[in-house]
Amino acid sequence: MAELKYIEGYPENIRKEIDKVTKTREKRINYTPPAMTMKERDEVLRIHPDYAPGGKRELQVGPNKGNLAPNEVADLLEAYPLIEQDEVNISQVDYDTDILIIGGGLAGTSAALWANDSGIATERILLTNKLRHGDANSIMAEGGTQAADREVDSVMKHYIDTIGGGHFENKPDVARALVEDAPLIMKWLCELGAIFDREEGGDLAEKLAGGLSVKRMHSCRDYTGLEEFRVLRDEFRTREIPYLEHYPAIELLTDGDRVTGAVLWNLETGEYKIVRAKATIIATGGYGRLHIRGFPTTNHYGATFDGVVLAYRVGAKLRDIDAVQYHPTGAAYPIQIVGYLLTEKLRGSGAQPVNADGEAFVYPLEPRDVEASAIIRECYVRNKGIVTPTGLRGVWLDTPLIEIKNGKGYIEKAFPGMIRMYKRYDIDIRKDPVLVFPTLHYQNGGIETDPAGRTNVDGLWVAGEVSGGVHGKNRLMGNSTLDCLVFGRRAGMSTAEYVKAHKGENKIALDHVKRYVKNLEQAGVKCTRRAPIILPDYRGKAALARMIDVF
Amino acid sequence: MEDNKSPIMDRIAEANKAATTGIDAKDIENWITIHIMGKAYKVPADLTILTAMEYAGYKFVRGVGCRQGFCGACATVFRKKGDYKLQTGMACQTRAEDGMYLVQIPFTPAEKAIYDVTKEPYEASVFIRYYPEVTRCVSCNTCTKACPQDLEVMDYVQAAIRGDFDGLSDISFDCIQCGLCAMRCPAEIVQYHVAQLGRRMFGRYGLGVPDHLRKRVKEITEGKFTDEMNKLVSCSTEELRKIYTEREKEPE
Repeated sequence: MAELKYIEGYPENIRKEIDKVTKTREKRINYTPPAMTMKERDEVLRIHPDYAPGGKRELQVGPNKGNLAPNEVADLLEAYPLIEQDEVNISQVDYDTDILIIGGGLAGTSAALWANDSGIATERILLTNKLRHGDANSIMAEGGTQAADREVDSVMKHYIDTIGGGHFENKPDVARALVEDAPLIMKWLCELGAIFDREEGGDLAEKLAGGLSVKRMHSCRDYTGLEEFRVLRDEFRTREIPYLEHYPAIELLTDGDRVTGAVLWNLETGEYKIVRAKATIIATGGYGRLHIRGFPTTNHYGATFDGVVLAYRVGAKLRDIDAVQYHPTGAAYPIQIVGYLLTEKLRGSGAQPVNADGEAFVYPLEPRDVEASAIIRECYVRNKGIVTPTGLRGVWLDTPLIEIKNGKGYIEKAFPGMIRMYKRYDIDIRKDPVLVFPTLHYQNGGIETDPAGRTNVDGLWVAGEVSGGVHGKNRLMGNSTLDCLVFGRRAGMSTAEYVKAHKGENKIALDHVKRYVKNLEQAGVKCTRRAPIILPDYRGKAALARMIDVF
Repeated sequence: MEDNKSPIMDRIAEANKAATTGIDAKDIENWITIHIMGKAYKVPADLTILTAMEYAGYKFVRGVGCRQGFCGACATVFRKKGDYKLQTGMACQTRAEDGMYLVQIPFTPAEKAIYDVTKEPYEASVFIRYYPEVTRCVSCNTCTKACPQDLEVMDYVQAAIRGDFDGLSDISFDCIQCGLCAMRCPAEIVQYHVAQLGRRMFGRYGLGVPDHLRKRVKEITEGKFTDEMNKLVSCSTEELRKIYTEREKEPE
């Protein structure tokens, strides 16, 4: 392949393709393709990775035996533990606490703050993190948080939008909790000092997003999750709540019936630690790094499904685990940023998906699964995508439209993160469109809970992406940060009440692991995989082929 | 809708395999050499520092987080071949270049002050009280040059000294708290902690809770929507589907 000539970030041949987009832009300013009917939605969804043939199998063990799950998920639920019962000495307890929180994103951090607010002393809480406190998908949430706090809006509208987006399969009681707590959460964040985008007069600025009937998205430029999280972390540190970093949980502990702590593992030294707790909250996030169906992901390095693996072994029920969210607009070019998130707020602000012929081919704000399917169809069925130098296909996201609709300077103010990401590759999103293709984004389902975040296993709560039910089969934009904040709070408050009522010494044991191994053996699952996997592996194949494990 | 010759999902997976399973040398045409902590490695040309190190055989447990420029875990310092300048960047956001030599700084030792924003007066003295070293700023601008987000770090430190909470918040807003400014500062200021305090003060006192939000919270607490929500959650899927399809949409 001859050296490509680049003009402002794009190779010459792709630059020629951009001309087609520029030519039709004028006509598209006042044209938006109509939203799909329910029938059209059903039709296009047949090409969605969740519904396209293959990719799933029935689980052979555990509480959800017989349910379908993506192969990558089933692989981990049908994997052997990292530790055998007799390998670790659990008689020496390193941390004895009231509430153990596993995972320090928005959900885990909120849980700690609200447990503390509910009367649990700081030193009776322990938050443990696989990487650093805050290395989580939470801080990567760009677009925003939903809350029905405008006069024209209502919690009922938020509820209807949420369950319509979720294909009416959401668990009603938790979906209700989500929408009813949302304004309260916004108020809490404002009081803690989070800086949300505002209108001239000081009202919260709110935007539309995919599947919303009313402007309800609150943003902090395109760093919404980052702003929310760093405020909560600052408050957490200010209260001096104990926390550990680089200490993933690799197994839960139980007294036979109840979850009573966890085994943590020092990621750097390999030493394990035993935590005994009266209540345990899992807030470990999702599974983007499993690269389901071979998709790239928007997720952080540690999004490897650990929390569900651990909870499943103690008997926690899962739901909607077959529903994977692919964000419609991941970067498809340049190669260094493939799969990275291009926030839905771009489309909420007027950017249109456009095909190789310069046509706007889809209503820009369909629910995510519908929008993603339409883009896949354009690229692989209608062959109206653009092929990148590395063989990926994508459609254009016509970002220059944003400034035509909102005025010059708007992109710089509202999307500094996006400008920065592309500027590093000499692309100016104010002048040129960008190439996008769906990317693995979110674990729609997970561990089932009640509105307090309680699972079916005594002593175990969950909050955030690791849980299932609230989003049904498909989450709307702005409901994930909200999910973390609402159910982090509820889990924190609920565990606090539980702990206060709970007297006496807890036993800790790993018997459930032995039972689970027996189940695997009985089901004929061979011991070829171990889980949790903790981190993905991207080492070069050449280096791996010649590696010798000496230490 | 499936193309039977080669299923669409397989074609998508094949096109993305470098990003999902690690890079295979046989797919690469152009190569460069980078020096990781002094050791030379031949790596593919189109990578970031982070992915180049992975290609070379490093499996990260430190110095990596979100991999997309938001978390600040992969702070890196480097020099380029033939250039005296010591440069900084996030490993996940910086292109690996031929002849580059680098080291990561995955942790910044820096103490965060303990304060309660609900009890602090909204005035400049808050910075002097908790981070008195801000007054040692000599306006050398080294922090600004070190910032991988291209923020005007020195300007927000000056805004803090003046008690300009609004200005500090605006300038520092995109900070990812990677710590590179603090590592380079000759006055030993921890700029990102100063900014965090300032932003929270501005958010709480400069912006506050707007009336429409306060009103809605009150309505919810007083149960204004309870009956209607009770009805809604007990609707059948058919009824909900009807409400959903017939609902009005607010124009853009």
